[in-house]
Amino acid sequence: MLLDLSFYNWDLIEKFLIKGLLFSIQLTLVATLGGIIFGTLLALMRLSKYRVLILIATWYVNIMRSIPLVMVILWFFLLMPAIIGRPIGAELSAYITFIAFEAAFFSEIIRAGINSIAVGQGQAASALGMNYQQKMRLIILPQAFRNMIPVLMTQTIILFQDTSLVYAIGAYDLLKGFEVAGKNYGRPIESYLLAAIVYFCICFSLASIVKRIQRKVAVIR
Amino acid sequence: MSLDWQIFCKSTYSEDYAPRCFGEFFQFGQPPGDPTYLDWLLTAWGWTLAVSGLALVIALALGITIGTLRTTAPESILGKLVVFIANAWVEIFRNIPILVQVFLWYHVIPMLFPVLKSVPSFFLVSLALGFFTSARIAEQIKAGIFSLPKGQSFAAQSLGMTKLQTYRYVILPMALRIVIPPLTSECMNIVKNSSVAFAVSVSELTLFALQTQEETSKGIEMYLAVTVLYMLTALSVNRVMAVIERKSRIPGFISPSQSSGAH
Repeated sequence: MLLDLSFYNWDLIEKFLIKGLLFSIQLTLVATLGGIIFGTLLALMRLSKYRVLILIATWYVNIMRSIPLVMVILWFFLLMPAIIGRPIGAELSAYITFIAFEAAFFSEIIRAGINSIAVGQGQAASALGMNYQQKMRLIILPQAFRNMIPVLMTQTIILFQDTSLVYAIGAYDLLKGFEVAGKNYGRPIESYLLAAIVYFCICFSLASIVKRIQRKVAVIR
Repeated sequence: MSLDWQIFCKSTYSEDYAPRCFGEFFQFGQPPGDPTYLDWLLTAWGWTLAVSGLALVIALALGITIGTLRTTAPESILGKLVVFIANAWVEIFRNIPILVQVFLWYHVIPMLFPVLKSVPSFFLVSLALGFFTSARIAEQIKAGIFSLPKGQSFAAQSLGMTKLQTYRYVILPMALRIVIPPLTSECMNIVKNSSVAFAVSVSELTLFALQTQEETSKGIEMYLAVTVLYMLTALSVNRVMAVIERKSRIPGFISPSQSSGAH
């Protein structure tokens, strides 16, 4: 069997792929940013001294981590309209789901980052008269984030791969773009192959960048 | 909002309720009736377990082999080629999303190798999931082997052991114990990742959730049941691995604590 890639021209890329690629990238960026913000909150809750907060955050993280992402996507798609009161699109639902889901994973990374900071740092901040918020914002979190940059970036690459799972609710992402293009031109095989190659190139180059950064951070420490 | 759990006793063909909530299973000698949603749920769970189980066997066999090969540092050209292939294997299967890999196995590979056309999609998905996970297990095995003190293999070699013997009797027994915690999270990931099989119509739990939600419009009940079964499976895997870890522990040897895994 011969592969025929001649049908891939700029027109097709413009019509089917750009839209999907943009959505995948946007979803990754929004989920990373939102996930890190909510994940930091969850991590701070788990490291606080209030038992209620610790319990809530621990349960949230453990439940999210024990359910397949596909099921979480389906749950949010099912429940969101009932909560908001009007139907929402697959794309918006995907944004909310990924922020909520990734927050659990980012919180574990950030918690490890906070724990990696020597106890003396926090004590020194307190001794200088800083309150909790100043201590976290000025002393602990900046160092925790710097230590965790490679891990956070690796998680972002995994997140980018995971965005393909919005297939379950029919959102139009990069994979969907390839699928639609393949169907429209009657060339599904070439389309799936190209999808694999494109995903590989993106993830592999990102992973190489992370490896380089990892070496740099290791030197600083 | 009230939940209607009766739905699970309903026949999937008609509006009837089965007397014992089971139509096919557990009939104790009586003639089987129409399958109920509970029957279907259990069958779907069985498929999830089957896909995960087969994928786990494939992933462990390939992952341990490839991870070990990557640490051998051979001098011959052939050996270097093998290491290069092993490294490429890990990069390829780690950097393509699992769903794309499932599509490749299901749509593309049977076209390129017509022998695979008659293979049921259950096997193809298990292969996809197994290969995907093997790359990640290979990484962990490699890290486990590198975390051993160098003196271990030097000592083995000074005792006159060949490279093969060194791996068989000294390095692998230690490394495999060290990687049990990360392997535990990989095993749980396999169960979770088996949910992508819905995309190629393997009737496992996620497809059950999707189909019954449309059929009965009792989405919440169906999703809850499926979610609980996934959590139950992951928890059981976790417990089994904890037992294995305890039973295989060498007295006086402390294994490093669990690292946080990805999903």
